[in-house]
Amino acid sequence: MKAPKVLILSAPGTNCAVETSNAFSDLGARPEIVGLHLFKEKRVRLLDYDIFVLPGGFSYGDEISAGKILAAQVKLHIGDIKNFIRMGRPVIGICNGFQVLVKAGILPFSPSCEQSASLISNDSGRFENRWVHLRINTQNPSLFFKGLPEMIELPVAHGEGKLVLRSPKQLEDLKRNRSIAMQYVSDDGKIAPYPANPNGSVFNIAALTNPEGNCLGMMPHPERYTKNYQHPNWTRQTFQKQAFGLAILKNAVDYCRG
Amino acid sequence: MTEKIESAIQSSREIADFNSLTPKGLMNLSVQNLWSLNEKEILTVQAHFRSLKRNPTRAEMETIAQSWSEHCRHKTFKSPIRYQEGSKTVLIKNLFEETIARATRQTKKPWCLSVFKDNAGIVSFGSKGKWALAFKVETHNHPCAIEPKGGAETGLGGVIRDVLAAGLGAKPVLSTNVFCVAPPNKKLPLPASALSAERILRGLVAGVRDYGNRMGIPTAAGGLYFDDGYALNPLVFVGCVGVLPAQAVKKEIRPGDLIVAAGGFTGKDGLHGATFSSANLNGDDHSTAVQIGHPLNEKRVMEALLKARDQKLYRSVTDCGAGGFSSAVTEMADIVGARVSLDKEILKASDMEPWEIWVSESQERMVFAVPPSNLKAFEKVFADEGVKIRVIGEFVKTGRIEVSWNGQNLVNLSLKFLNNGLPIEEKKAVYNPVKPSESRAPHQSKPLPEQLKEILSHLNVCSREWLIRQYDHEVQGGTVIKPLQGARHDGPGDACVIWPQAATRDTSDLSGFTIGHGLNPSSGKLDPYLMAWLCADEALRNILCVGADISRAAFLDNFCWGNPENPQVLGSLVRAALGCRDASLGFQVPFISGKDSLYNESKDAFGKTISVPGTLLISSIAPIPNIEKAITMDMKGPGNSLYMVGQTGEDMGGSLYNELNGISGGVVPRVDARCAKRNFAAVSKAISKGLVASAHDLSEGGLLAAVTEMAFSGEFGAMIDLDAIPKQKPIYSTDVLLFSETPSRILLEVKPESEAAFIKCVKGSCVKKIGTSIANPIIKIIGLDGLVLFEESVAPFKAAWQRTVLS
Repeated sequence: MKAPKVLILSAPGTNCAVETSNAFSDLGARPEIVGLHLFKEKRVRLLDYDIFVLPGGFSYGDEISAGKILAAQVKLHIGDIKNFIRMGRPVIGICNGFQVLVKAGILPFSPSCEQSASLISNDSGRFENRWVHLRINTQNPSLFFKGLPEMIELPVAHGEGKLVLRSPKQLEDLKRNRSIAMQYVSDDGKIAPYPANPNGSVFNIAALTNPEGNCLGMMPHPERYTKNYQHPNWTRQTFQKQAFGLAILKNAVDYCRG
Repeated sequence: MTEKIESAIQSSREIADFNSLTPKGLMNLSVQNLWSLNEKEILTVQAHFRSLKRNPTRAEMETIAQSWSEHCRHKTFKSPIRYQEGSKTVLIKNLFEETIARATRQTKKPWCLSVFKDNAGIVSFGSKGKWALAFKVETHNHPCAIEPKGGAETGLGGVIRDVLAAGLGAKPVLSTNVFCVAPPNKKLPLPASALSAERILRGLVAGVRDYGNRMGIPTAAGGLYFDDGYALNPLVFVGCVGVLPAQAVKKEIRPGDLIVAAGGFTGKDGLHGATFSSANLNGDDHSTAVQIGHPLNEKRVMEALLKARDQKLYRSVTDCGAGGFSSAVTEMADIVGARVSLDKEILKASDMEPWEIWVSESQERMVFAVPPSNLKAFEKVFADEGVKIRVIGEFVKTGRIEVSWNGQNLVNLSLKFLNNGLPIEEKKAVYNPVKPSESRAPHQSKPLPEQLKEILSHLNVCSREWLIRQYDHEVQGGTVIKPLQGARHDGPGDACVIWPQAATRDTSDLSGFTIGHGLNPSSGKLDPYLMAWLCADEALRNILCVGADISRAAFLDNFCWGNPENPQVLGSLVRAALGCRDASLGFQVPFISGKDSLYNESKDAFGKTISVPGTLLISSIAPIPNIEKAITMDMKGPGNSLYMVGQTGEDMGGSLYNELNGISGGVVPRVDARCAKRNFAAVSKAISKGLVASAHDLSEGGLLAAVTEMAFSGEFGAMIDLDAIPKQKPIYSTDVLLFSETPSRILLEVKPESEAAFIKCVKGSCVKKIGTSIANPIIKIIGLDGLVLFEESVAPFKAAWQRTVLS
């Protein structure tokens, strides 16, 4: 099969498009960084692509609230995203991209695309960049986590990453339809408060998917762990790990290759 | 509209009677209008206009004032100075030329692609010489004293634009900063108008965080230094490194090229920044001189600029910094000439006078030279990013700057006068050497564990994690050695390593680079010449510890001093510049860019003038040909040998030990350049061959602090034998051996399997085994008498190091 085409959306304030694109190139996919204005001018069609990535950054300066403006723009100009997801093609929202998916009502998934949750300011009250331990929910059907161990590490870098839900019932729904993809944990794998949970997210949730598992939104940055030497401890002799970020993106590429 | 025309007339109208004013009258005018022109300068202007038989316009006076300001011209560094040192007096014709520039010329490094002329220094980079690195560090002191957050934002925004305007534009891949502030836990006699140290520091951090993170540029490799002398005048150094294609280094201007402004619109914010920063701060309100930053605007400009660069749509670019359009266009026009019409500029305020449009320093603006045939494509690239461009004129072969607004002529000046008319004034500098005094031993030495805890928890040493984590230091996915290092990602790294994959878009090229900073104001109080050497040494040591190719290192200088009209202040500045020259030649490391910020003085609560301690920041940059060979400072395992690079001396002057024990004076350490250069080259080679497991430089707190930091970061221990330490002369004081800050020293950890090759590699240099790493996390020091002098668990010391005043 031909190399999958990856659309990496770029809007004013998008920061992580190039390194995300580099990772997909290294995986043999064909990434393209596509400006939002091309959707406005109707010069691109989302359905011509196999994978859709909303990368990290501060779209529109995160004015109003993180990802809010771009979420409105996506709803207005990239209406195809619903069909794209329904067709089972992989969508990844990373950091600001996750904030966009949540504020556009795409995650937690609702057929009507109504916003039912939010990502708000970290409990610490400020931006934080550090590596966290994550536990992948083995119940989650997602295509993104094939072959990964249950415990992985990735960096987070955000000021507004605390997931809040509408009600306790909504959390039960998310658990029941296996939409919780990753949780922040301590180095021994336990659900623990700050600093293990960097932002105070409900139930330590770090990533969500739709119930089918092809649309993933995550606060940690997979594109920042695509080579061994991006890990903070690669210079230590005890270090022997695969680049988990790349593995997540590779699963999306492999899925499209069939 | 009538109102607008009214103000045009005002700006264009000649200043009545200017040519007949007395010197006193002229000076009144200069002070009233914040021109910061001195008597000789304004008399030169008067003579010029008398010869033209007309009075200058307001806009012309503003143009001259901006162009001739200390900020734009570096008058102190480029004027003749009669320098008296002890009983000797020499005439220095041009301080910059005779010190820093001369050293750079003499080092003759072919990989220096552009030095001192562009907006940043540019050196060659990358495995095939395909790329280049642009590096610039500058200060933003005056605005940060008044509005720390806004000042830090616009300072960072400015230095990012400098890198965007280096050559035809470099993609920023690292931003860095060094703050010098007063200790936040100390009450100092501040005047009512001054902000507290804590408020300043928190503001600066918030500014860098909110601006830098939004720009998508990793912020790392910073520094923080506390001294009472910065209470009224905090020093804020901001820096940026960018990557550009090697063939995009050259810029040119051709007559007929359009002058195009892009980015933010022009407002009343930032009037008189250049002249304001060339004056002493004295509590008066200068609120219009400080600008407000808007990172999203700059980000849009950055993205569009890089696209336009790759499509070769313009021939030259510069940023609109101090002096606004006036400085930017004059600088670009150089000897060609420019005709500007301000009608098309988009304004943020409707009540702007035309001269204000011409000199406003509103943020996030850049000026391009665009061939007319490319204008349409250029406009489209910028429009796609949501940036409006404005054609504000064209370059013409007249040798003049002509500016008009609404048909009125505002400025008509010859570039020859503007560029060369500034009168040269001889300045006087005096340096009285401080006699090195014997440092007295403290009456009663405190127990060693207590001394070590005091050192590690000292403001200038303790953990900076609270601040580092607020900066996105991993965006662009290239921070392969991070600022915090070790088993728990929280140890004090000497430097970080950047692999600019997001700029080169080539993940198979494993070329990286590292930067470092050297700052040592406490030794400068004793001898500025030696301070310069110590700064250079520290800047090199830092980058060496992560594996820099030291033969390709380059320096940047930043001088922050008080009022240079004071011969003593200027004397100390001259002496530091001489130190820079000699250190550059001694290490054979060229300077590629530099800046100076003078007049950093203010009156305290009692009306006494307080000047900052003469502060020199030397920043370094060097490539790492293969990032997989980079190393960190944390101890990697038990049973490894610990090697000391360099000899220890009895030179405690300016050391932290002296400060904490209340000892004044003492001998300031000297750098033995020949020896240090040889040692550094050997270490650089050993690391590049993969023979060194970790390296940490000896700085504040000396050996005991360094080995403790390595141990607690790696969660191992160490055993050190003081007798084995290489010494310049016999030393019998264990305190000196443990706490001396003799420069050029580095502690290395070498694994047994690499040891034979390591010893062979460093043969002929001063590298000696002084101990071993051990599994048990304790520090054990064997004294000169062979008995155990110190045996302590490392955990409490880590806790002391992590206990910080701010969090």
